[in-house]
Amino acid sequence: MAKALEPKRSVAKNVLTAFIVGGLICMLGQILQSIFIDYFGFEESQAGSPTAAVLIIISALLTGLGIYDHIAQRAGAGTAVPITGFANSIASAAIEHRSEGYVLGVGANMFKVAGSVIVFGVFSAFVVAIIKILIVGVGGL
Amino acid sequence: MLKGRQSWQFDTNPVIVSAATVGGPFEGKGPLAEDFDVIFDDIWLGQDSFEKAEQKLLENACNIAMDKAGLKPEDITFFLSGDLMNQIISSSFTARRLGIPYMGLFGACSSSMEGLALACKLLDNSGARYVLAATSSHNAASEKQYRYPTEYGAQKPPTAQWTVTGAGAVIIGKDGPGPVITGTTIGRVVDMGVSDPFNMGAAMAPAAVDTIENHFNDFGIDSDYYDLIATGDLGFTGYTIAKELFKKKGIKIAENVYTDCGILIYGQNPVVFSGGSGCGCSATVTYGHLLNRMKKGEIRRMLIVATGALLSPMSYQQKETIPCIAHAVSFEMS
Repeated sequence: MAKALEPKRSVAKNVLTAFIVGGLICMLGQILQSIFIDYFGFEESQAGSPTAAVLIIISALLTGLGIYDHIAQRAGAGTAVPITGFANSIASAAIEHRSEGYVLGVGANMFKVAGSVIVFGVFSAFVVAIIKILIVGVGGL
Repeated sequence: MLKGRQSWQFDTNPVIVSAATVGGPFEGKGPLAEDFDVIFDDIWLGQDSFEKAEQKLLENACNIAMDKAGLKPEDITFFLSGDLMNQIISSSFTARRLGIPYMGLFGACSSSMEGLALACKLLDNSGARYVLAATSSHNAASEKQYRYPTEYGAQKPPTAQWTVTGAGAVIIGKDGPGPVITGTTIGRVVDMGVSDPFNMGAAMAPAAVDTIENHFNDFGIDSDYYDLIATGDLGFTGYTIAKELFKKKGIKIAENVYTDCGILIYGQNPVVFSGGSGCGCSATVTYGHLLNRMKKGEIRRMLIVATGALLSPMSYQQKETIPCIAHAVSFEMS
């Protein structure tokens, strides 16, 4: 009964907003990358790092100013999936636990939300790498 | 005196000597802003952590209640308080400052009426001269403990609720302007299997309905007895479910009699999703807005049913469902 009476999330609207916001963030990333290539003489393969760094700085700033969570309430996965979401999870935890000091607060809690992303990200990369080695080993590629 | 299965009737009619409520900036923008004694325009209250800010809220509410009654901490026999923080630090640390003999309570958001019920019982048994019952909650401190960091961009569902930043305190004595507390029904823990911490209204609704049903049975009354019945913090979702449950159980409650503090405090504000919640929700709405309405003569008898979700962040991560409780206290203007 509880399920039947609770207000529904609008899936179509949420998906569309997430798609548009996520797309806009990626477009911003692309613009930044082009700027780094065209004006700062980066190779295409190297331009990714400064682009990511700029996006991280922007999202950490928006987190600190208390704006990011309001955008995220509307955008959902649109702001959670790109690197900005990752930066927000670390910055927000760091700010939150500032009151418990730098070591036991900021240091210990920074990766509270992001920690599992790192653990499972690294682990799945490891699994994928093993699969690739195996396939190459058998002469598949 | 024990009445029925789980209720006390207070024969000496303990009376509300004074009441005080304080709120945060967001509450100050809500429809009940006028009913708060003090609205702070900074969620930090000048402190360096949200936890300390919550203590400040509680301390302020207690001090204002004592000032209004013209009483000093030495005049108060006991201080009963509860809150949502781990190890109820807001209450205990406030008790440290006040120096009044203290008992800490935890009934999650039902602590407001749990404290009031016990305060009246102490007084009814001549166990105290004045009892101060208080409770508090702070939006950011609760988010930090129960959910994600406040600035973390997680999308909340429409069933989520907004923890009230505020505190309410009340002093109970033998005589005063009123209203009087005539009785109380202590709730039992009800768990209907809801495990979503973003849908506490739905989890708590059955507990509220159970306590109200038992209250009517114990006192041999029905909803016509009251001008107003308010649940603590079910929000829109829980309120709708509670009404449906009343219908199923065949308990008749008129539309204009039944309301919810979680709905009253912010009105129809989409920012708060389903409505307000937290210990401060039922406490500030009852001790501020609703007592003011009683004093104006708009309400003669009311039943406040404070609802609490007795979960911890660890229990829901371990996939436990949410046990809930509700305590009812009956107010009457003499």
